[in-house]
Order: sequence, then structure tokens, then C-alpha cells
Amino acid sequence: MDYEKKALQIRQDVVRMLYRAQSGHPGSSLSCVEIVEALYYNVLRNIDPDNPKRPDRDRFVMSKGHGCPTQYAILADLGFFPREDLEDFRQVGSHLQGHPDCNKTPGIDCNVGSLGQGASVSAGMALAAKHAGADYKVYCLIGDGESQEGIVWEAAMSAAHYKLDNLIFLLDHNGLQIDGANDKVMSLGDICAKFEAFGWETVTIDGHDIQAVTNACLAPSSGKPRMINCLTVKGKGVSFMENNFGWHGKVMSEADYSAAAKELGI
Amino acid sequence: MKMGKSMRVAYGEALRDLGAVNDKIVVLDADLAGATQTCIFRDAYPDRFYDFGIAEANMMCEAAGFAHSGYIPFASTFAIFGAGRAFEMVRNAICYPKLNVKLALSHSGVCVGEDGGSHQSVEDISLMRSVPNMTVIVPCDEIEMRKAVFAAVDVDGPVYLRVARTASEIVTEENTPFVPGKAITLKEGSDVALFACGLMVPRALQAAKLLEEEGISAAVVNFHTIKPIDEEAILAWNSRVKAIVTAEEHSIIGGLGSAVAEVLAGNPGARFGRIGINDVFGISGKPEDLFRYFGLTAENIADKAKALYSH
Repeated sequence: MDYEKKALQIRQDVVRMLYRAQSGHPGSSLSCVEIVEALYYNVLRNIDPDNPKRPDRDRFVMSKGHGCPTQYAILADLGFFPREDLEDFRQVGSHLQGHPDCNKTPGIDCNVGSLGQGASVSAGMALAAKHAGADYKVYCLIGDGESQEGIVWEAAMSAAHYKLDNLIFLLDHNGLQIDGANDKVMSLGDICAKFEAFGWETVTIDGHDIQAVTNACLAPSSGKPRMINCLTVKGKGVSFMENNFGWHGKVMSEADYSAAAKELGI
Repeated sequence: MKMGKSMRVAYGEALRDLGAVNDKIVVLDADLAGATQTCIFRDAYPDRFYDFGIAEANMMCEAAGFAHSGYIPFASTFAIFGAGRAFEMVRNAICYPKLNVKLALSHSGVCVGEDGGSHQSVEDISLMRSVPNMTVIVPCDEIEMRKAVFAAVDVDGPVYLRVARTASEIVTEENTPFVPGKAITLKEGSDVALFACGLMVPRALQAAKLLEEEGISAAVVNFHTIKPIDEEAILAWNSRVKAIVTAEEHSIIGGLGSAVAEVLAGNPGARFGRIGINDVFGISGKPEDLFRYFGLTAENIADKAKALYSH
């Protein structure tokens, strides 16, 4: 598979969806493209568009639910629903909600959007897997701003307590949130050290390197929950959105869209 | 009337017996297993019990994780923390996806007693009732608690069971059918109707006796389910009696009284009054003293009904 070509196609879909919807979160969606791509095309087992709720599937919870255009583009590409559905993203009657809804969209494992809750629900899913003696894993994408939510740390504490080595958090660490840099709004400090202090293993990688994301996910478990610190660029792929917190949730004008479309070859 | 066991013990015992017949049941608590009495289940099925420590928000979301995986979790803590502190987790992680999580939250209302206002939830019915997909059940005695625990499992979606800390007099019978959403007439009457839930049901029955002594015939209806509210029963009584009084150990804002008022609005008929906690926080004291302090006695109910009837 040509991963770069696939990433470009996802970015094209994301930008088209967001322009058409005249709402949504470009910066946050573009920063996690390679992470989510690596998960769906390399990591997640038993993902089946014909049986989205297949019991033995690995779960993926996009706790930073505002990045969902990226997940929707991939689910459409995999055949969970028709590609045309992407055109109605965020519109009345569409199954593609502004933040994912597991009862509306095939392939969505969990309602997310209220930050921090997906992290906690995914810990519950991992604990339920242990309880059932099932061998599926639970992958959860969290944001750096999201990590300011206390429930992320409640979930982290419980995951270590219950030795959830089937739980993997991927941190989309682009350093920016709505009001500015993490360090200006509310410093995360050494977030790997924080997770390690909570009893997790951590690894830091380039979040735009598909092979690195894949390897970090599939590395043998040491018996602890794992946090993969994915260093990313917010707005990656569209030059004027890159590293610009203003594009967290900004609406594209016609001129913005034309410029982005040109860069992405739409 | 015979005094039963404490409502939370009745809950714990029912949960244990449910666990024996349904292997999908798991129980979650937040460091209050001894108080909520989930310890009874824990001691019987230690490998189906999970403690989340003093972190109620996380417990609610992890309960959602269990439900997403096909289990039927019962999550317990105090009502103030489960319905209050973790409200938005209950709303977004549990109710929004309509998951099969059963919240059995104890120490509701002023029967908490000495711990005082910080721990006395007088808003939980209001909070839980306002969330789409949620069913709200307030059992009135140990027999009904047992039925409610089993019935909650048959409800497709989230259920809030309000569990009192204290004992309640036994006012229902084993063989009375319990159907969520269907109010039960405990006593017939033709002049006034007293609608009550939870610990106020025996008080409403006592109030009916007081009213009968004064020549007023009072019906008593057990509204064990606040949502969905039994509209049919409310409208039927509205056209049959001269006055309706609701009685609940909860704020008069948003609970049983409000639910009944919403049905009555626009339907001329009986005069209507509410007995409940009058938009104030609780205080420390012995439970029975607090029922008197907040005007939640049989006499208070009877006086309100009499005033409306005689108006």
C-alpha cells in the first residue's frame, strides 16, 4: 500500500468535508491522519465493514472526537459506508455527526466528543475484555489539550491498577489547543513522566511516521498500559494551517479552500 | 405497617440474587461498597466486582465500557456523586449512546441524616429525569426494591434506581406486579389522591388515614417510576378527585411533583399541590428529625390535601 498516497487522499477528503460543512476542526483532524491511518491499515485486527460490531475486533476510540473527519474518511475508504455520505457531514439527517455516534455510524465503537470521556470508556472496554478473557485490544486517541481533563488521569490510574496491558493510548501531541499553545493555556509538563508515574509505559515517536506508529502499537507488551506520545504538527499538510492554533476549529473561506485544495491536489 | 430492612441492604441482597441468575451482571463501586451495600454482591462474586476508588466520573465511563462490551453493569455510589458530580459522564457516555448501564445510587435525599447538606442529594431525580433515554425508578420498600433491581435489567437502556439509606415500612406485596412506568394504586379513595414515591409512600398512607378520620376519602398511588411518568394514571385521577398532592423526599423542583405538574398542565380538573424540599439544601440531623424539619411528614401531606380539598 502507498501510505503517503493514502494519507493525501484522507487529507483531501477531510478538507472537502470541512469546507462543505462550513464548520468542524481542520487543525485537529489533519494532525492525526497518519496515526489513524496506521491504526486502520496496519494495526487493528478483525475490522470488518460487513460486521462492524464483530466481537473479536480491536476497538478504536477517538477520544479527541473533534478529529472525526479523519476517521470518517478512512471508514468510508474501507467500505463501512458509501463515500458520498462524507458530503453530508454535520448536516441534518446525516449519520456523520459533528462528534462520533456509535448508534448512527457503522464502525464507530463509542460516542465521544466530551473530552476525556473516551479515554475512560476505553479503559472500561479494556477491563471488560480482561473480564471476558477476550484478547482484543483497545486503542484510544487522546489530544494534548484533552489531557488537561482530570478524568484522563482517573482512567490512567485505574488502567495501571487493573494492569490493562491491552490498552494503548496514542497522544496526538501537536502542542496547540483552541486558545493557544498548551504551555500558555495549561502546561502539560513532562507528560510521559506523568504517565510513567501513573504506572504506564511510554514511548515517543514521530506521529507522522506510519511505520513508527505501527511499530509502537505492535511492540510486545511489558504488562503495563502503554502511552504512545506521537509528536505531530497541527494542521499538517496545509501550509497555512500548520502549527497555527487559529485553525483548530476555524471555518474555511472560499479563498482558504482554494489554497488548501491547490496544495493537496484536489 | 411493619418496618423493613434498610433500602440499601435490600438493594445489595437483590443484586446478589440477580448475579446468581444473570452472568452478564458486573458491579462497580467507588470506595463505598460498605455504604451502598454492593459489598453483599462483592462477597458473593468477587471476580465480578470492580472498585474504582474515589473517582466517580471514571467509574461511570468505565461502566459504559463494560456495557459497550455486552455486560450489564450496576454502578453504585452516593446519589450526590453519581447523579451530581458525574452528571455529564452519565449523560454523554451512558445515556447518549443508550447503554445498558444501571445506576443504583444510594444515600439520596435527607435520609442521609447527620452527614448534612453536602451529602444529601435533593436534585438527583431532577437531573436524571432530564436526560433522554433515562428511566428513573424510586422504590418505596424492600419488596419493591428487589423487583426494581430485576426489572431494571429488562429495560433496554440506562436506568436510575434511587436507593434510600434508611429502612422503609413495608407497604407493597410480593405478588403485586411491578412494571416500570405503571403507577400502583395502594389505596382507593374518592375525594383526594396522594401521589408518592420512595420513603414518602408509607407517609402518604398514614396521611390517608388522617384524612379519613376527618371524613375525606384519600387514594394513595405509588409512583415508583418518575420517568416515564404514568400519564394515564395521572389524568384518570385528575378527573376523579377534587385534589391531588404529590409527596417526595426531593426538591419540589424537577422531581415527582414537577413530572405530575407537566402532565396536569392544560388539563383542567383537580387542584394540585406538592410536598417536597422547598428549594433549599439539607442540614445535619437524625433522618426522622429532618423529615419533620423539611415538612415531609404524614401530617404535612394531610394538611396540604385538606387545604386544597376544602378550598
